Amino acid sequence: MTGTYHDDLEIVRTEIDKCMKCGNCMAVCPVYSVDKDEAAVTRSKIAVADAVLDGRLELDDPDVYDMAFNCLVCKSCMSNCPTKVGFDRIAIALRAALVRKNGLPWLKRMIFATLRNPRLFDKGMKAGAALQGIAFKGDKRIKAISPRSPFALVGGSLGFDAGRKMPELTVTPLRDRVPEVVRPEDVKVKVAFFTGDSLNYFYPDAGMDLIEVLTENGVEVHIPKGQSCCGIPVLVHGDIDTARNLARNNLDQFEATGCDYLITGCGSCGGAWQHDYVDLMAGDPVYRAKAERWAKRTYDISTFLTQVIRFRQPRGVVDKVVTYHDSCHLKKTMKVAAEPREILRSIPGLTFREMSAPDTCCGSGGSFVLTHYGTSSALGRNKALDIVKTGAGTVATGCPACMMQLLDNLSRFGDRQGVTHYISLLAESYRKER
Amino acid sequence: MLDKAVVQQLQGAVGDRNVLTGKMDMLAYSYDATADMPRQLPDVVVLPTSSDMVQQVVRIAKANGLAIYPRGAGSNLSGGTIPLRKGIVLSFQRMNKILEIDPANLTATVQPGVVIGELNAAVAGHGLIYPPDPGTVATATLGGSCAENSGGLRGLKYGVTKNYIMGMEVVLPSGAKVRFGGKTVKNVTAYDFSTLFIGSEGTLGITTELTCKLIPAPKYRRAMMGVFQTLEDAGNAVAGIIAAQVIPATLEIMDNMTIRTVEAFANIGLPVEAKALLLCEVDGMSEELVNTEAEAVIAVLGRNNCDYKAANTDAERDQLWAARRNALPALASLNNTCIVEDATVPRSRITEMLVACEAIAAKYGVTIGTFGHAGDGNLHPTILFDKYDQAMTAQVHLAVDEIFATALQLGGTLSGEHGIGMAKMKYLSDELGQSGLDLMRTIKEALDPDYLLNPGKMVPLPEVLA
Repeated sequence: MTGTYHDDLEIVRTEIDKCMKCGNCMAVCPVYSVDKDEAAVTRSKIAVADAVLDGRLELDDPDVYDMAFNCLVCKSCMSNCPTKVGFDRIAIALRAALVRKNGLPWLKRMIFATLRNPRLFDKGMKAGAALQGIAFKGDKRIKAISPRSPFALVGGSLGFDAGRKMPELTVTPLRDRVPEVVRPEDVKVKVAFFTGDSLNYFYPDAGMDLIEVLTENGVEVHIPKGQSCCGIPVLVHGDIDTARNLARNNLDQFEATGCDYLITGCGSCGGAWQHDYVDLMAGDPVYRAKAERWAKRTYDISTFLTQVIRFRQPRGVVDKVVTYHDSCHLKKTMKVAAEPREILRSIPGLTFREMSAPDTCCGSGGSFVLTHYGTSSALGRNKALDIVKTGAGTVATGCPACMMQLLDNLSRFGDRQGVTHYISLLAESYRKER
Repeated sequence: MLDKAVVQQLQGAVGDRNVLTGKMDMLAYSYDATADMPRQLPDVVVLPTSSDMVQQVVRIAKANGLAIYPRGAGSNLSGGTIPLRKGIVLSFQRMNKILEIDPANLTATVQPGVVIGELNAAVAGHGLIYPPDPGTVATATLGGSCAENSGGLRGLKYGVTKNYIMGMEVVLPSGAKVRFGGKTVKNVTAYDFSTLFIGSEGTLGITTELTCKLIPAPKYRRAMMGVFQTLEDAGNAVAGIIAAQVIPATLEIMDNMTIRTVEAFANIGLPVEAKALLLCEVDGMSEELVNTEAEAVIAVLGRNNCDYKAANTDAERDQLWAARRNALPALASLNNTCIVEDATVPRSRITEMLVACEAIAAKYGVTIGTFGHAGDGNLHPTILFDKYDQAMTAQVHLAVDEIFATALQLGGTLSGEHGIGMAKMKYLSDELGQSGLDLMRTIKEALDPDYLLNPGKMVPLPEVLA
């Protein structure tokens, strides 16, 4: 296997050279909007990568590490870049170079090690679900949990105070609730569903809704039990080995389904299949072709419903005022923005209200919310206030990580508006027909 | 390395969080948006949040003989914010409050770090706009654009930054603070200080507050585009529009190189053999007047041998604008380095200037695409090259020299809107002569005898001359 930018920072030199330093990234960078200093902005991160390559800055400089990880990898800058610099590649290449040089910090090493072993990870998540009552108290109305004292005291600086709301961990994950193949009576087309860990462990109900909507439309759904995490959480931390292992496993698992379509309900997972696996496997003689094949077959559920099959118009009345948050990876990586809105507008009784700047990052960034709670929270608050201004009682989105962030921030700064995956509203409408 | 005691004084003045000294942070402030410029690491970056803090920083700098490089968003195209002599980068990124919007007096009072687009968003609810619109409205600060006297697409009809600054607060190199102008439309008290500081590129004083003039937002607009087979026809159309007594809000031109590059980049259906493209937009408060002006423009286009289109909807307008919007991104994508010049000529010499740019590109074997504001004669010859190729870079420098010489021969100027900075300093005497340079130096030294503010920009340093 030949190396890619994940293995050699020098390979992103051409991307680095594309940057004109015009600063257009400043207009949209969520981290810059909070920090207001140049090092937060994409063009500076590119300048730093350039300086590291030229030897003007040491990779060991702790500021370089901090700067490299002070980024949500939301790709907002890429949508606003006149010369289309592939900054996601530069960011990942730089982080991978840092990890190659200094290794992973021990906490990340421990967490990522469990991800490498899906069975161990599964056991851990289930044990967590069983034990969550000790450290967390539940809020049944919004299916959320909050840290109890004394955990809340210890975790306060990281945002794990008593007001923090997180989705409750589920004792029975999605993939344990369904057989490997869910078959409607009249099968028109077969798809494979990549659940991702978030839908599997945190939002299995949304995952069930997604399966239900597909079967409602005559789609046979394959849900390979052996699928693992998409790898984005480790890839963005520069753990390339783990990311490649996860990618290879997923590619094998889905090859075995014999399906022509792969469906995701999470922008980050879908982006991994559409782009990152191709990049990760670019130097791999065996998996490169597989990754390219599956990249072309990957669809967000909304795109599949609106553009591949014409989904059946729902008839059940859902009497809700709903606004929609564009998840960064769904809109900026998968280029999906019109489709979820089309689905929401098709639902009888549902009033759709656009919020201001719906595609501004909510500040989640996966684990960014844990490592940079202050910035994340400032962004989450702005998003919550934009949602409140619409008067909507429910915010829909297409990414579980955003759902978690919206849940927490709406409970702090909003009026505990409902947070849902848009597919759940369509499922609700179908159910109300019966 | 800066003396620790100085860093502590600065921290005392603006707070620990607002003083940066790490090497990585210095690197982040070592450049701006200008290509092909030397870079330099400052000793320290200071981010004040009030004019009192700015005064304190100036006094500390003065006492320690440190240069001060004021900086907004660092989006300028003249090397204006590069800290050539190290010292302090004084960044206004955190001094960014809109202090007041006064619809009755049609003014807004802002701190210098407010971004132009954010001011426009804030006044939109009152049906008002702040018209100056450099290409970087979404990032450029009002302080920075005031220092550069930025122009923009709407310059022909609405003027440039200097026409919209009614009052200022400035911290002088002595550390004193001065306020002048204000909310009155008329004000002839004392010298017109604002014209001294606007466009002074941070070499005379540091703007710490601005009172901006606002105007009612035009309610109607219409856009049209003409595609020409000769540059002469395009030039005649520009002259014809003005002769028809229409002052368009924008009147943009693009040469063949730009048209071809945009088409290859964005596939929007432009005829790649066309020699020039004109994009015109008229606007105003009355639909009838706007339609009359649009018809007059269309009549002129019709008489000048072009294929023309007029937009009837916002979507169609957007399509017409796609060509212009993509001009710089498309050209910049051709190579790793992109110099955007702003040589400006009288409107009647636009055609000659475009022809000259094509000839210069051929003569030196370099890639130049030219587009710009035909209505006000402000062109952007954009030169693309490989910075790793030294021979090519040398040719580019010769071509740039000739572009400026040509603009001056045609009765034009070195800079329409980007400023002199360090990029165009060497040409100053060609336009102003020795007496002009001396006048500049007299003014500079009257206010800043120690060359504390933005040294090495616009006014050559004394030791460089000696």
